[in-house]
Amino acid sequence: MAASSPASRLAARVAIYLVLGTLAVVFLYPVALMILTAFKPTPEIFRNPFGLPESWGLDSFQEVWRRAKFGLYLRNSLLITGASALLLLATAAPAAYALARYSFRLRGVLFLFFLAGIMIPIRLGILPLYLLMRDLNLLDTPFSLILTYTASGMPMSVFLLSVFFRNLPRELEDAARIDGCTETQTFWRIMLPLVRPGLATVVIVNVVPWWNDFFFPLLFIQTDTWKTIPLGMQIFFGQHLVNWSLVFSGMVLASLPLLVIYLLMSRQFIAGLTAGAVKG
Amino acid sequence: MRDVRSWWGKHGHLVLFLTPALVIYGMFMAYPLVSSLTYSVYEWDGYLRRGFNGLDNFVTVLTRWPYNERFWGAISHNALFFVLTFAIQTTLGLFVAVLLARKWRGFAFFQAAYFLPHTLSLVVVGFLWRMLLNPTWGAVGQGLRRVGLGDWVQPWLGQSDTALVTIILVNAWAWLGFPILVYLAAVQAIPREFHEAAVVDGASPWQDFRHVTLPLLLPTIGMVTILTFIWDFNAFELVFVMQGASGSPSYATDLLATFFYRTAFGDPTTGGEPGQIGIAAAIGVLMLIIIGVVSAFGVRFTQRSQTEY
Repeated sequence: MAASSPASRLAARVAIYLVLGTLAVVFLYPVALMILTAFKPTPEIFRNPFGLPESWGLDSFQEVWRRAKFGLYLRNSLLITGASALLLLATAAPAAYALARYSFRLRGVLFLFFLAGIMIPIRLGILPLYLLMRDLNLLDTPFSLILTYTASGMPMSVFLLSVFFRNLPRELEDAARIDGCTETQTFWRIMLPLVRPGLATVVIVNVVPWWNDFFFPLLFIQTDTWKTIPLGMQIFFGQHLVNWSLVFSGMVLASLPLLVIYLLMSRQFIAGLTAGAVKG
Repeated sequence: MRDVRSWWGKHGHLVLFLTPALVIYGMFMAYPLVSSLTYSVYEWDGYLRRGFNGLDNFVTVLTRWPYNERFWGAISHNALFFVLTFAIQTTLGLFVAVLLARKWRGFAFFQAAYFLPHTLSLVVVGFLWRMLLNPTWGAVGQGLRRVGLGDWVQPWLGQSDTALVTIILVNAWAWLGFPILVYLAAVQAIPREFHEAAVVDGASPWQDFRHVTLPLLLPTIGMVTILTFIWDFNAFELVFVMQGASGSPSYATDLLATFFYRTAFGDPTTGGEPGQIGIAAAIGVLMLIIIGVVSAFGVRFTQRSQTEY
């Protein structure tokens, strides 16, 4: 490398940009095509698959919204993902705090118990889980999904947050105790606000797969009332397979919420996800 | 009584902190996973448990037609799924990550671009590619025809010998951003001085990669490979969405998870038989064993290659 001439170095640079650029096209072009196609009526999709749409009307989006009850699915997805995130933070953070900052007899065992689930996909327990939900009368309710998501996110979140809590300095707790804080107050007022980046990581790592999850809604939710976007759209696509315009508009609507968030904060997304993976 | 009160005074906050997490995790994750093991050694009538029947369900899955044929077929499809995905991410994915680590202008954009499909739901990914790969009207076929390669157009998803590989490639499109990101983070964590020392010693870029970067990346590659293995042996959505629950054409894309799903919950796409909980549970336990054994070996290997710096 040290001996290479400026010309060959320039050539290498161009080659690298070419490789990476081509790959970017491979990843982005199908998504761009999806968005462009969503604006075209079906005959135009067949006639002119690659060009810009002749008009940018939103008719087909409105039709999807109306026919597929998209608003309802959107509300359900928001509620279920949001409630799962809150419940996960509310339960995993105190547990991680207890495991990270106190020493007590059962600590090692409990930590291992939480850690044991970190690599096992919860799907493998679907049969007992399904019957449990049925016996608790939770099938066809959002609670079946919220509880499943919270439980499945628990091992990784407890682990990640315990790393964050462990790295806080001891003096903080001592100072809080001297000021007369109870253990709960110390946790809530002093320690929890300090691990905000950890809480954000936990939310990012979990929310994307929950929002996109198709497997558990498919099994737990039967009636329209609580269908989420992926399940509702899968059924809608299946029913309107010949109407390409509707399917493409539906795909864009279904992807839009996460795409927008991703475009606005891709850096935080990427940082959060890699932190989750590397520490895990 | 005073004992209880003083114990609570000392440990009450711990109980308060730990109980909610333990209840939710124990009840909705640990309990289902553990009891799915016991489900497989009973005879089931629909969702009603009958008598203990030992390893009968496993014998059925492994030796009785049509279960045995489906099971071995599905396992080989999952294996190909993993092997191809692994091959792509540890060659192309790793290569791209090493290039991206230079942090030149525009590389943040590339990084975000590669990861973007990862944020799409697999339902959308499946339907998008089902449409794009449609041999008559799909953009891929139309594009090939326009550049004079019309002969290449095939019903990729409809033929037994191309359907599975096509699904695996579609999955790679949606998945690859993740290994690239993780590898990139690991490459960037290698101290600069290591590379500088290699260059001072006269190492070529390839030698630098082969003898500095690669050995230090082994633990990360190991972890990502284990995650990929677990995920690929649970893959379900893409096949369900693109090929139906029975892995058409004629089970060519059938996976362990779709086989499990059909056996447990019936097959809505073909009207199939009602749930066979015992047999499905046996399939699930076999999946758990495969995943457990392979990841345990993987973690072992990965820990041995761990380096601190």
